[in-house]
Amino acid sequence: MRRSRAILIWAAVAVAVVAPVAIAATSPLLAWRDPFYIAAGFAGVIAMGLLLLQPLLAGGYLPGAGASRGRRFHAWIGVGVLAAVVVHVAGLWVSSPPDVIDALLFRSPTPFSAWGVVAMWAVFATALLAATWRRFRLPPRVWRIAHLILAAVIVLGGVVHALLIEGTMETLSKAAICLLVVAATLKLMLDIRSRRKSTRRRAPQSA
Amino acid sequence: MASTLKNRRDLLLTTAGAAGALLTTGAAGLLTPARAEGLAPTPTMRGGANNYRPGAPIVERIGGGGFLMTGTVRRAGDGAPLEGVRIQIWAHTTEGYEREPQSHGATLTDAEGRFQMDMPQIVPAFGQPHGHLAYDAEFDDMSFETVFLRPVMSSARDKTLNADFVLRPV
Repeated sequence: MRRSRAILIWAAVAVAVVAPVAIAATSPLLAWRDPFYIAAGFAGVIAMGLLLLQPLLAGGYLPGAGASRGRRFHAWIGVGVLAAVVVHVAGLWVSSPPDVIDALLFRSPTPFSAWGVVAMWAVFATALLAATWRRFRLPPRVWRIAHLILAAVIVLGGVVHALLIEGTMETLSKAAICLLVVAATLKLMLDIRSRRKSTRRRAPQSA
Repeated sequence: MASTLKNRRDLLLTTAGAAGALLTTGAAGLLTPARAEGLAPTPTMRGGANNYRPGAPIVERIGGGGFLMTGTVRRAGDGAPLEGVRIQIWAHTTEGYEREPQSHGATLTDAEGRFQMDMPQIVPAFGQPHGHLAYDAEFDDMSFETVFLRPVMSSARDKTLNADFVLRPV
């Protein structure tokens, strides 16, 4: 019973992550794009799918990936998000350098570019912090708060970026994965808040 | 006495009327400042010059055609149509990327300042189905200021796209 429930949950998550990629693979736009541009587009779609896994793993919501194991997976998937974003931007750069330069300098005519670039910097900042916060002896609380703020920026920026783009992603599956990513992120943040409240209440009144 | 009063009333009415007229023209002048200078020039659009190829050849059509780019070129101020003005057109189409030479072509305006270019179907690239057009002073004896346009199609299924230039004389 428990096992079949676990299989069902993982299957649902797998479908949520893979379906947008599979549907994008049938986009007619692919016929008029070279391998670099196609890779750039799919890297973006995959990054969005990985973003769904992140709050689920961080919160230990997935069976077999509870608190500590989930967080280890979370770190590895984070490296995956970083790699996907790098491939996304690099592939677009090869396809049309001036458009990418405009986007990076926030002077692009398309509003979705700025959302994407802000999310990209938030991903880079998160990766940098994750790799160095122990070495810089940041208090874990500071790292956690910084990570949460950056995560909110990544999710918001990434979702608005994706929704405004007319590209290889199919409209309905794109809206669905975006909604799931936002819902999972909100769920995690609300849980963290309530957990903090309850620990504060349980703590002795010494302070 | 009666006539004086009448005159004074007339004078007051006339003054009020004149003030009213002044106010009206004044307000209208504030609301439409462009009218005083005539037709305003078209500003260059953000990203309009991306992947431009200076001196792309004048062609009958770009590639196999099937999609129609149209537009007009007029002079700022009096709005007079400009004939023989060279306009370069390029886009990401079913036949190539924006940066590829075969995606570019130029044409000249007719006596009414109109131009059109038969070109391959524009497909969405970098998130929007859009075209690029250039008026480059370097290829027109520096008569007008250079302008780059980047119109966006309302639907990727559209078979035409229009872009109008109003050029500022140098």
